Amino acid sequence: MKILVAIKQVPVRDSLLAAAPGARWIEESSLEYEINEPDAYALEEALQLKEAHGGEVIALCAGPDRASSTIREALAKGADRAIHIEVDDITSWDTLASAKLLAAAIRTESPDLVFTGLQSDDLGAGQTGVVVAELLALPHATIIMQVELDGSSLRVKRELEDGWFQHVAMPLPAVLTIQSGIKKLRYATLMGIKKAKTKEVKSLSAADLGVVNAASYEVSGVNVPQRTKQTQIVSTVAELVGKLRDEAHAL
Amino acid sequence: MSGILAVLEAGHKLSAETLAAAQDLGAQLGLPVHSVEPTIPYTADAYTDALAALIRDKQFQVILFPHTYQVRDYAPKLATRFDKALISDVIRLRVESGEIRATRQLFQGKLNAEIRPIGHPVFLSLQAGAYRADGAAAAAVEALPAPTTEPRQRPEEKFREAQRAVDLSAAQTIVSVGRGIKEKENLHLVEELAAALGAEIAASRPICDSGWLPMERQVGSSGQTVAPKLYVAVGLSGAIQHLVGMKGSKTIVAINKDENAPIFEVADYAMVADLFEVLPALTAEIRKAKG
Repeated sequence: MKILVAIKQVPVRDSLLAAAPGARWIEESSLEYEINEPDAYALEEALQLKEAHGGEVIALCAGPDRASSTIREALAKGADRAIHIEVDDITSWDTLASAKLLAAAIRTESPDLVFTGLQSDDLGAGQTGVVVAELLALPHATIIMQVELDGSSLRVKRELEDGWFQHVAMPLPAVLTIQSGIKKLRYATLMGIKKAKTKEVKSLSAADLGVVNAASYEVSGVNVPQRTKQTQIVSTVAELVGKLRDEAHAL
Repeated sequence: MSGILAVLEAGHKLSAETLAAAQDLGAQLGLPVHSVEPTIPYTADAYTDALAALIRDKQFQVILFPHTYQVRDYAPKLATRFDKALISDVIRLRVESGEIRATRQLFQGKLNAEIRPIGHPVFLSLQAGAYRADGAAAAAVEALPAPTTEPRQRPEEKFREAQRAVDLSAAQTIVSVGRGIKEKENLHLVEELAAALGAEIAASRPICDSGWLPMERQVGSSGQTVAPKLYVAVGLSGAIQHLVGMKGSKTIVAINKDENAPIFEVADYAMVADLFEVLPALTAEIRKAKG
């Protein structure tokens, strides 16, 4: 079983974010980065399937030089090797254009399964897996809570809205977008970190893959949302309780 | 013929808002509005095939979807077939100098991005609350052509897990906790506040994913929708998926140390503070007030 996991590097949660001058994206100079959380769960599911069924897990990441820290972490957790599509201006590639990069790299590997997180913490478009599936002409399913593999047959549990679920079967190869919480995340061990240094990371460029950055939309501005509700800022606990009792009549 | 196609989802509350948005765009762009409500059994493959044939046949320029879980499963695939990116999860739509402009959130609502679509067709999915649902006129109804290929996905019956033991929708007061609580061992701070208020405890998705609270206590698009008299959000940043599940609450209190947390946009009372300092004092003060 060859499983490829597409991971994304995003600013660490709770980063203080500001629009960049010119405001097409955020100011990145002082940020630190980490793996996109849903992608960490996608990687975890892939590693556990490999442990149960054997095979290989390949991490794939498109991003600038800094993405190599996230790739190393995936290798330290147990991915066997990695592909780094080096793109300096990855944040200017829209969801379709960046999925074309990933799909082109995946095509060279012909994996049995492609996993990715259900959405990214930065863009939050929630599309990469579905677009990659269409580009590769593979079946897919989204927001997966459970993966059952039996030989060449695949059955997954999808999360639907309002507490509903559904099992869906499909042939391999297939693309799945994994829901956060599917399994408990592992930490990289010291041994894993040491081993990761010797694992193969193949570097590819957009030109190597024959993909150009053709946009379906342009980001004309990034800004802090306007507050639409009258929010009262309270500074002490006594003030808050007073307002809840006397003004909101909520106690 | 060319125009706007609203793709509706039978029985989904967002369908009416999507139709209202399509009518508004149609009026401003001078384009006729059509709608289609697929009734074939859902698979991503079948919906994509059938809708692609309809869009191609009638040459629709703008295709609007409600941003539902089902739409997330197939609309990106459909847009890809037209070599376009779906502009997903749009919270505002407008027309400027005859062109569509869309607003969508970045970083779970901490920032907004203004989007200008390039070329046609334009594919957009709308988040709840982007449009008022009332007063949308009916549109010309399109019939969906039959899919020409066999879908590869074989879905089984939908099901719910064991009956929910907790019905948060009936609660008068809810104390809801997010990632800011940091560790499971700190949850007692929230439990004590909830006890003082006589409140139910709820949480954002990551808390339930971590197994710190059962899934049935999750509020948001994948959990329960609540509208209590008082909703106290503690250390909870307020991703849109959470906000859609609680913004109908009568009075909302938010306690968060990040002044830019989106939860403050829907809060009536905001405290920018460290919850570990505030919670014990708040619990004591509530006990006193309820005396």
